[in-house]
Amino acid sequence: MKIKRVFSKSIPVTLLTILTLPIILGFLWILVSTFSSRAYGLVPVGPDGKFGGLTLSNWQFLSNKTIWLVTINTLILATGLTIGVVIVSAMAGYSLSRIKFPGRKTVLSLTLVLHAFPSATLLIAIYFVLRWISRIPILGNHIPLIGGFGYNTLGGVILVSIALQLPLGIWLMKGFFDNVSWDIERAALIDGCSRFRTWREIMMPQIKPGIAALSIFSFIQGWSSFLIPYSYMTSSSKATVATYLNNLLTESAPVNYGELAAVGLFQLIPVLIFYIFTQKYLLSIFSGGIKGTS
Amino acid sequence: MVNDKSNIIQPKLKKQNPAHSWLWFLLPTLFLVALFYVLPVIITFYISGTDMSTATGFKHWNWVGLKNYISIIKHPETPQHLWLTIKYVVVTLTFFNVGMALVVSLLTTHIPKKAGFFFRALWLLPRITPVVVYVMMWQFLAADSPYGVLNQIFFKPLGFKTEYWLLVKPFLFIVLVNGYIGASFGMILFTSAIESISKDMMNASLVDGSTLLQRIRYIILPSLRWPLLFVTTYQTLSLMTSFKEILVLTDGEFGTEVWSLWAYHKALNNYWGNFQWGFGMALSAFMVIIGLILGVIYMRFFKFNELVQEPKIEIL
Repeated sequence: MKIKRVFSKSIPVTLLTILTLPIILGFLWILVSTFSSRAYGLVPVGPDGKFGGLTLSNWQFLSNKTIWLVTINTLILATGLTIGVVIVSAMAGYSLSRIKFPGRKTVLSLTLVLHAFPSATLLIAIYFVLRWISRIPILGNHIPLIGGFGYNTLGGVILVSIALQLPLGIWLMKGFFDNVSWDIERAALIDGCSRFRTWREIMMPQIKPGIAALSIFSFIQGWSSFLIPYSYMTSSSKATVATYLNNLLTESAPVNYGELAAVGLFQLIPVLIFYIFTQKYLLSIFSGGIKGTS
Repeated sequence: MVNDKSNIIQPKLKKQNPAHSWLWFLLPTLFLVALFYVLPVIITFYISGTDMSTATGFKHWNWVGLKNYISIIKHPETPQHLWLTIKYVVVTLTFFNVGMALVVSLLTTHIPKKAGFFFRALWLLPRITPVVVYVMMWQFLAADSPYGVLNQIFFKPLGFKTEYWLLVKPFLFIVLVNGYIGASFGMILFTSAIESISKDMMNASLVDGSTLLQRIRYIILPSLRWPLLFVTTYQTLSLMTSFKEILVLTDGEFGTEVWSLWAYHKALNNYWGNFQWGFGMALSAFMVIIGLILGVIYMRFFKFNELVQEPKIEIL
């Protein structure tokens, strides 16, 4: 009996370990290679092919100005995306959840179709939209910090990212607003609060967990987003960490894979810390986002 | 559901809240959706009817009607890209986004809680790792001896031939690379569905002496019906259109150019700098149509009417 129990416990764990092996080995490799000049498999080796060659030189990029520039760009992108998505989808989610208006069902179903609709198909067309925005004076490409909202600007990339994140955000926010008691809102409205003030001062504090979940999710998305900055920000001075990595891979020869892994880890660390401390909220995005669907 | 209470407060509220306040709340959304969904869809179909390319520029293009669509049908590469895309989506979906997700969520819910959490966290790592590093990790797993991890750990000690496996089995690797990211989506949904199965039912079946396989077959799988449908439709769309991993891994070389990557290469990014926007847009339009159809199907699975119950303050 006892043997059987140990057996029935260890089989799933063994199976899982085998299935997860590529991930385990892969991330071990990333860790090993950031601290060694070369690695044979998972073993760091020196010039003679024997164990050794441990080094910190792969982390020298930290003293380079470029990495901090692209980190700041990435931070602006992730922060801008997070703020934008939360505000815009909280507004839309509120009105879709709490206000009755003609066409509400249509807007909801449209959002749902957009949620399913793959944004990558529109990548090429969005390029044209951004080019048009570029032609608008000032707004297009002359705003400090984010550059503007047109093609090849940080602002443009943020705007596109917000739009692509919206369907998920709206549904999540609507789900959380649905659960707020009606009495609080009714009391505020009776006391003469405007809808906007009710939203901002009464309703928003009620859905803090939802806002947290959406913020974390958006920040991680923005921080590690690749395709949109890669497609719409072509000049390297405006790169984000993800596109900077790609430049390291394609433009330098020979490629220093150890450094690449180190930059990758450097980018992963904030997300990992974020993830460990907030995974409880992050999981609620899935229950909130598909509420009422089981 | 108008109750007495809200009838009483009705006149007072009407005065303070203009009937169009919903519009103000929706305005930013409508603006962004118009700019980055509606307009691009229109542009996609519009330009797909022209011969716009680097050669014509943005000014001197001509209407060509359905010519781009006809040339897609006649294009010698079309069957191979189409077949590859179907094969890629079906294989990745079956074995990873649904299959592996199901296996991992079943296994992690049948081991101690902490271990289950640990494994699920590991499976989420690929999703949050920057794509360039994630792909590089796979390249080094597959790399030839002495650098490649798989070769060093498994093939060499066992005396097998070592090779750069990515070049030998490119299709397998685009499936693996995407599958290991994709599995976590289903994993989370399935896990929460499995954990929401009532403990009483589980205990009853345990008392009745059911085997694990019986429990999976008669209790767990039936309760996963909806999440399974959802993951299948949703991930079909994601797989069909996501190409960034393949872009970084092989750039479509070695017979891994899926449909969406083909469109991307034709219209935005190729070695010759000859961007055929018209043709690329026609390729995209094809995916837009499939996306919209699947989107509507997906909406039906969503038990839509349950989600859109009327707001309770109806006076506005």
